[in-house]
Amino acid sequence: MSQVHVTTTINGDEVEYLCEAEETLLDVLRDRLGLTGAKEGCGSGDCGACSVMLDGRLVCSCLVLGAEAQGSKVETIEGMAAGETLHPLQRKFIEHAALQCGICTPGFLVAAKALLERNPDPSESEVRYWLAGNLCRCTGYDKIVRAVLDTAAEMRGA
Amino acid sequence: MPLDVKPGLEARKFKLVGTRPLRPDGIDKVTGRARFGADMSAPGMLVGRILRSPHAHARIRSIDVSKAAALPGVKAIVTRDDFGDCPDDLVDIRDNVMAREKALYEGHAVAAVAAVSASVARQALKLIEVDYEVLPHVTDVEKAALPDAPLLHDDMVTQGLEETPAKPSNIASRCQFGHGDVDKGFAQADLVVERKFRTEATHQGYIEPHACLATMASDGQADLWVCTQGHYYVREACAGLLGMDLSMLRVTASEIGGGFGGKTTVFLEPVALALSRKSNRPVKLVMSRDEVFKASGPTSSSSIWVKIGVTRDGRITAAEALIKFQGGAYAGSPITLGAMSAFACYALENVKSVGYDVVVNRPKQASYRAPGAPMVAFAVESVIDEIAGQLGMDPVDLRLVNAVNDGDKSSYGPKLPKVGLRQTLEAAKAHPHYTAPLGPNQGRGIACGFWFNFGGQTCVSLNLNVDGTVALAVGTPDIGGSRASMSLIAAEELGIPYEKVRCIVADTSSLGHNDITEGSRVTFSSGLATIEAARSCIQVLCARAARIWDIPPEAVVWEDGHARPAGPNAGEFEPMSLAEIARLAPKTGGPIAGHAEINAGGAGVSFATHLVDSEVDPETGRVSIVRYTVIQDAGKAIHPAYVEGQYQGGAVQGIGWALNEEYIYGEDGRLQNAGFLDYRIPVASDLPMIDTVIVEVPNPRHPYGVRGVGETSIVPPLAAIANSVSAAAGVRLAELPMSPPRVLAAIDGMKAAAE
Amino acid sequence: MVEVQIWGSLQQAADGRATVEIADVATVKALFSALAEAHPGLAPHLEKGVSVSIDGQIFNDAWFEPIPDGSEVCILPRITGG
Repeated sequence: MSQVHVTTTINGDEVEYLCEAEETLLDVLRDRLGLTGAKEGCGSGDCGACSVMLDGRLVCSCLVLGAEAQGSKVETIEGMAAGETLHPLQRKFIEHAALQCGICTPGFLVAAKALLERNPDPSESEVRYWLAGNLCRCTGYDKIVRAVLDTAAEMRGA
Repeated sequence: MPLDVKPGLEARKFKLVGTRPLRPDGIDKVTGRARFGADMSAPGMLVGRILRSPHAHARIRSIDVSKAAALPGVKAIVTRDDFGDCPDDLVDIRDNVMAREKALYEGHAVAAVAAVSASVARQALKLIEVDYEVLPHVTDVEKAALPDAPLLHDDMVTQGLEETPAKPSNIASRCQFGHGDVDKGFAQADLVVERKFRTEATHQGYIEPHACLATMASDGQADLWVCTQGHYYVREACAGLLGMDLSMLRVTASEIGGGFGGKTTVFLEPVALALSRKSNRPVKLVMSRDEVFKASGPTSSSSIWVKIGVTRDGRITAAEALIKFQGGAYAGSPITLGAMSAFACYALENVKSVGYDVVVNRPKQASYRAPGAPMVAFAVESVIDEIAGQLGMDPVDLRLVNAVNDGDKSSYGPKLPKVGLRQTLEAAKAHPHYTAPLGPNQGRGIACGFWFNFGGQTCVSLNLNVDGTVALAVGTPDIGGSRASMSLIAAEELGIPYEKVRCIVADTSSLGHNDITEGSRVTFSSGLATIEAARSCIQVLCARAARIWDIPPEAVVWEDGHARPAGPNAGEFEPMSLAEIARLAPKTGGPIAGHAEINAGGAGVSFATHLVDSEVDPETGRVSIVRYTVIQDAGKAIHPAYVEGQYQGGAVQGIGWALNEEYIYGEDGRLQNAGFLDYRIPVASDLPMIDTVIVEVPNPRHPYGVRGVGETSIVPPLAAIANSVSAAAGVRLAELPMSPPRVLAAIDGMKAAAE
Repeated sequence: MVEVQIWGSLQQAADGRATVEIADVATVKALFSALAEAHPGLAPHLEKGVSVSIDGQIFNDAWFEPIPDGSEVCILPRITGG
C-alpha cells in the first residue's frame, strides 16, 4: 500500500509529508512532524485536546485525515506565540494559574483564540459554551474561564 | 552534613511563601513544548499494542502467536510465558499486567506485540489466536458476595473473620474499626436514622492516557520514560517483574497529564520493557481511551448501610456502618481507608464500621483521590442531613455539636492532633453563600469531609551554582504545581529571590528513593526535605564564610540571604551574600550543596466543609449546580493559587461523580460506555465558578504548618450535592450518580407514594 | 509502659485483645518485637506493613521513631492515598 503525498501549510510554513491513508492529521503532526503540542486524549473527538485550526475553522485533528490537509492552512499551538512573545492568552493562562497538569492547555488555547477572534467580548456563559468541547479534569474550569475573560478585556483595551 | 529539622511549627513571617509567583513549567505548557508520556520518541522505535480479552471471565486454554510472528514488520511478541517468578507482593500486579490462567475482566491483557508501525501492530493482533473457555461472570458487588456467585480465584478465602471459612468465595477480606458499644448507644438515642446507599464505579478521568517508551539493551540496562505519579515505584515493580537489579533500570518521569491516583501503579510498563528486551529496540506503548476505561484502574462501586442515633439536642450517641466495596478482579479495594474515615469528622463514644473487600469481573481498581472516603462520606453525611431535617436543626449546628476537636479520640483509633474542622464549619456559616436566596426547585446542601494525608520516604538535593543560582532536584512527580512550591520554600529558607531557584524532578538514577506522589504528601514531605536540604546548605555557607573571615563557624549566622558575624565579638566583617560565597566556592573547598533523605512522619489530617446549591428540573430530572463553595483547612498555603486549584478540581470531580459518571456494564459483562462521550465528565458549560476559602490551622508537626490539600476536596462533594438535590427535589436520593433517569424515578416515586 | 490499641479486625490476631500493654519499649522496632512475642499471630501483619500512630501522629516504616513513655500508640492498617 503506497502512502499519500501531502503538501500543506502549517503555522505559516510550507510542509510536505507522506502518510498512510488511514492516518489522522493528529498522528501526522505528532509522529511525522514532531509537533507534539496537540495531544490524543480520546481519539474520537470528545475531549478537544487535539484541537487545531484548519482553514480558519476549529477542528479536532483526530477527526481529520492527514490526507485531507492537502492544500490547506493548519494552525497548531506551536504557532501561537510570535517568537518569544507569548500570545496574551498564553500569558494570562500562566498568570491566572489556569493550568495544573497542562495536558488540555494547548487545546484550550487554540479554542479560546478561535473564540476571541470571532467574539472579542464574550460573556462568561459564551466562554463556557464555546469551550464545552475541551475537557479539563484538573482545574474545574474556573481559572480557565477567568483567564479567557481577562484576556478578552485586555485585548479590547489594548 | 545532614540536619535533623525538629518537627515543630516555627513562628515566623514569610517573605515568599504564601505569594503567587509564576510556575516554572508554565511556558512549556502553554506553548506545547512540555513533554508528556506519549511525546517522546527514539531512533528505531517500535510501536507496541496489547491484545485484550473480549470476555469478562474466561480460562485461557492456549495462545498461538505463530501467524502474528510471521507477519513482516513484527519484531517481538510477549505473553504470560514471558513473565516468570516474581516477589510475592507483585503476584497480582504480574497477573493484571498479563493474564495467566484466566482473563478476569473484559480488557485484561493477554498478549502484546511490537512492530514497525501502528498499522502492522494492529494487523498482528488480529493474527494472534487465543482459545478461550468462556466462564460465567459477575460484575455487581452484592451479587458477587452471594454463595453461588461465579468464583474468580480458587484460593481466595475471606481474611479477617473470626473463623476462616472452609470454602473459597469472592470476599477477599473483612475489616472492622471503632470503639465503645453501639447497641448501648442506640438504646440511649431519641432518634435513630438508618439508610442504605449505592455508588457506581468511576474513573479518575485523567485526559492523558497511560504511555511509556522503554529501551532495554542486551546487557540488561534499561531506560523507561513514563507518565507516572511514582517513577521509583515503577522501577521497583518493573525490576521485580523482569528480574532486574534496581540500578539497571533508570526511570524518568515525564510531565504527567493527570493522575489522581490512577497512575500510582503499572499497567503497560513491564510489557513495554519485555517487548524491548525481546526485540532489542525501543518500544513505545500507549493506551487508547477505550483501553484506559477498560484496563486501567477505576475506583470501587459500593453498597453502604449507615445507622446513626442522636439525642433530641443533636448529640450523636452511636454510629454504625456496613460497607462493601468491589476492587475489580483482585483483592485490594480501599475498604480499610473507607471504613476508617467514615465517621472521622465526629467525636463519638460508640462507633463501629465494618467493611468487606469483594472481587468481581472488572478491571483491578487503583486509587482515586482519597480512596474509599468519598463514597462513605456520601452515606454518612446524607444520614446526618436527614437527622438535621427530622430534628429541625440547622445542618451546620448539628455538625458543630459533634465535630471533633483537638485531642478527641478519632473514630479510627488515634487521638487527633490539632485539627481545623470546626473552623471550616464556622466559616461556612459565616459565608454569604449560606444565606444566599434560593429560587424555585433549588436546594442547598452541606457536607464535611476528612482525609489522613501522609508523609513517606523523600529525598531532595540542592546544589549551588557559582553564580548564586540554585539547582533543586526533587523526586516527586509534579501533579499539582509542586515545583513552584518547592522553589518558594527553598528561596524562603535561603533568603534569595524565587527566580534564582530552578526545580526539576530527577530520574531514579540521579536521586535517592522517593515514595509515590500520592496521599497529598508532596508539599508536606518534599517541602520538609527541601527545608532540611536548604538548612544543611546554609551550614556549609556559614562554614565557608567563617573560613574566609578566619573565625569559628559557630560565630556566623545566616540572615536575609547573607552570612554575617553573630555579634560584635565575632569581628567586624561585611555580610557576604549567597552569590558571593558561591562564586568563591571553587577556592574555599569546592561545590556547595545541601541534601536530605527522610521518612517524613507527622503529616497533618485535613478537614473540609462544602456548600452547594443545585436546581432540579422536575420534568427532565436534570440537575444544575448553581453555586459551590469549598472551605478547607490547608494548614499553611505555600502557593495559594495552586491550593485553590486543588479545591476546585476536587470539587468538580465530585460533581461529575455525584451527577453523571458511572461505569455501565451490560449483561455480557462488557463495559458499555468506554469513551468520553458516554462516560461524561463535567464540561465548562455545566458549571458555575467554584468559590474557595483557604482556612489555615497550622499543622504543629511541620515548620510552616503545612497540611496536604489534594485529596480532601473530593470527599464532601458527593454528599453535599446529594443533600442539595434531595432538598431541591423533595425526596432523598440514595444512589449515585444522580443522573436524570434516577432523579426522575425518585420524584415519580415520591409522587406515586403521595397519591 | 505504653498501651497499644489494636484495630478491630486485627484484634483476633492479638488473641482477641483490643489493647495490649507493653513495658520498656523506646522505639517502634522494640514495640513490634514485643508485640510479636506476646501475640505471635500479630507477627505476619506487622511484617506485611502497618501504620503506627504515636500520640496522633502517623508513621509508616519508622523503626526508630521514639515512643515516649505514656504515649498513646495505635496499630492501624497501612495508610496510603491517591
